[in-house]
Amino acid sequence: MHVSASPGVWIAALLTLGIFSFLYKDNPVYKFCEHLFVGVSAGYWVVLTYYSSIKPNLIDPLFGVPFAMDRHLLLVIPLVLSLFLFSRFFPRGDWLSRWSIAIILGVYPALRITGFAQGDLVQQIGGSILPFWVPGHPMTSLNNVLLVGGLLATLVFFFFSTEHKGAVGGIARVGVFFLMVSFGASYGYTVMARVSLLIGRVMFLLDTWLGVVRF
Amino acid sequence: MKRQIPTLITLVAGLFCLIGFFVPHPAIRTLYDDIQQWVIVIVGATYVLGVANLLRINLGQMSARARDWPFKVVLLVGLIGTTAIGFSEGTHYLDPTSRFTWIYNTFYSSMSSTMFSLLAFFIASAAFRAFRIRSFEALLLAIAAFILMIGRVPIGNAIHPAIPAAADWLMEVPQNAAKRGILIGAALGVVATGIRLILGMERTYGGRGAGGTS
Amino acid sequence: MSPGLSSLKQLDRRWIFLAVALLVVIPLAVGIHIAPVAPSPRTRGFYDAIEKVPSGSTVLLAGDYDPSTVAENYPMHLAAARHLMSRDVKIIGLALYPGGPPLTDQVLRLAAAEYGKKEGIDYVNLGYKAGNELVMSQMGSSIPRTFPVDRRGVPVDQIPVMHGVQNYANFPLLVSISAGYPGTKEWVQQVVSRYHLPMVAGVTAVSAPEYYPYLQTGQLRGLLGGMAGGAEYEVLVKHPALATRGMDAQSLAHVFIALMILLGNLAFLGEDRSRRR
Repeated sequence: MHVSASPGVWIAALLTLGIFSFLYKDNPVYKFCEHLFVGVSAGYWVVLTYYSSIKPNLIDPLFGVPFAMDRHLLLVIPLVLSLFLFSRFFPRGDWLSRWSIAIILGVYPALRITGFAQGDLVQQIGGSILPFWVPGHPMTSLNNVLLVGGLLATLVFFFFSTEHKGAVGGIARVGVFFLMVSFGASYGYTVMARVSLLIGRVMFLLDTWLGVVRF
Repeated sequence: MKRQIPTLITLVAGLFCLIGFFVPHPAIRTLYDDIQQWVIVIVGATYVLGVANLLRINLGQMSARARDWPFKVVLLVGLIGTTAIGFSEGTHYLDPTSRFTWIYNTFYSSMSSTMFSLLAFFIASAAFRAFRIRSFEALLLAIAAFILMIGRVPIGNAIHPAIPAAADWLMEVPQNAAKRGILIGAALGVVATGIRLILGMERTYGGRGAGGTS
Repeated sequence: MSPGLSSLKQLDRRWIFLAVALLVVIPLAVGIHIAPVAPSPRTRGFYDAIEKVPSGSTVLLAGDYDPSTVAENYPMHLAAARHLMSRDVKIIGLALYPGGPPLTDQVLRLAAAEYGKKEGIDYVNLGYKAGNELVMSQMGSSIPRTFPVDRRGVPVDQIPVMHGVQNYANFPLLVSISAGYPGTKEWVQQVVSRYHLPMVAGVTAVSAPEYYPYLQTGQLRGLLGGMAGGAEYEVLVKHPALATRGMDAQSLAHVFIALMILLGNLAFLGEDRSRRR
């Protein structure tokens, strides 16, 4: 057993145990860790955003040397719009911040419309056009039938403009069965994800901190 | 006027970006790229705004001696200390030996991963207390969950190779069919909502006194 | 209903927490080995896609995750970097999660030290950029304009590995290691669909099910799902590491949770029946 001598590792380990103390019950140690985490995260984000996005993409091209009289002058627009965001702190001036939010709300939907339409809608529909009979491959044929049938049944379930009665109701119920299998699969994977995160943390405590085992 | 201008900005920016996607003409593509580069900067500024708001709210709670106010001091010390140290490092702020990186590794990274690792305990507790198989649909969900949980880890293959094979089939056929249905439905929804946003038919971001749809 | 089962209804959840903790700590501390890891076809697809990348070419490696999912994403990120560097493929790394750049740094430095690679010449970490899928879209026009400097603040036109790199046309492959948004889905929508760049992804287990449709259509050439996917990939690159070591604890915890579902339903079975009557 080779316990770490690094103060950073000890602080990290004690903070880890402090957060785990919440499992027993909510307590001041956990609250301390929680608030410290929020504060440090926020500080990290500010510094990172400045050096990674604001300085290289705005400050340096606009004010840096050499200063070129070209399209960089247009960067005054995002500079002004960025400053407008902070008008939210002034009750009389907060309407200016809506101009900045407005441009974001114009650009992102446009990007998502094309992205979802091309990547999800067109390609997924194209990928669903499958042969129901593949000679020599009965299992593939069955799988294709199930894939297409399940997809159509799921889409019928989500179609709420018609009441789910009779044939439509029956198909929608089949869609529910496929959805339940999908949710069960998601649950199984979620369990895997959560347990993995705990394993990672235990590895830190056993290896980096206590040196009980080497991973 | 205060409401019309943002709606007009959204409309112009959105329509232009949609046109710019399809039209490769250099004049349009240049402005298309410029607008997107501007928004990258503005989005960065929104993160700074969020932190400034956090600072404002917690300073207010601290000075008003609100509930748990000593913990707000901890938050503010963490925020201001990390920010000050980060800016003092300059562009070397993320070098492996910098104090900012030390803060990242010691505080941010350790607490972030621990916070999320708590979920492992809660999912086990919820599996016992809340997972009720009361209908055929719930039974299907449970069977799929069991097959996945055992089939995707080595113990499943050790028990019988049919278990991971069943898990693979489950993921590739029935699960895939349902997920594809959800993907297609969501894509249609995103396209419809996106068009409504660009055309100004969704004004929930308008702020005080605004909102509602037309 | 047996008295034993009905007493389970009053079980303090902290006993369940303790059981989970022991089932994870003991296998890791003692080194129990339950069963070997067997690579799946999806993992093999990921591996084969990287094997097909010509030596000397440059690949985009996006580490879109942060410490909250480091246990799942870090092992697969490191294994991918090792695999690429072992084949003398240059790497341009970036992170669209704010907490990502130091992790990308660690991965690239670790792998570079093992394979004698040099920063700036064989790899670079472009760091973080705010904007999510907007960054992906803009990289299609100009990567140097979107990332004028790398993580260290060095202008990209002074970095040898960035010479000649303008946009996605310069890459034979995109490797996405992602935890959610922005991540694999956005790369598929904004980059694969638009620029037809071949892509493989390593994702958290929570998000893995939603990417199976992309696998089936060929939008993804391979997929690593969670720590299990990372372990399978480590086996294929013949470098078993963190993910492989975690699989035994993972197995035991999964069996325990499956048992908890069964026990919970048995314990509350009588209660459900009497409520229905």
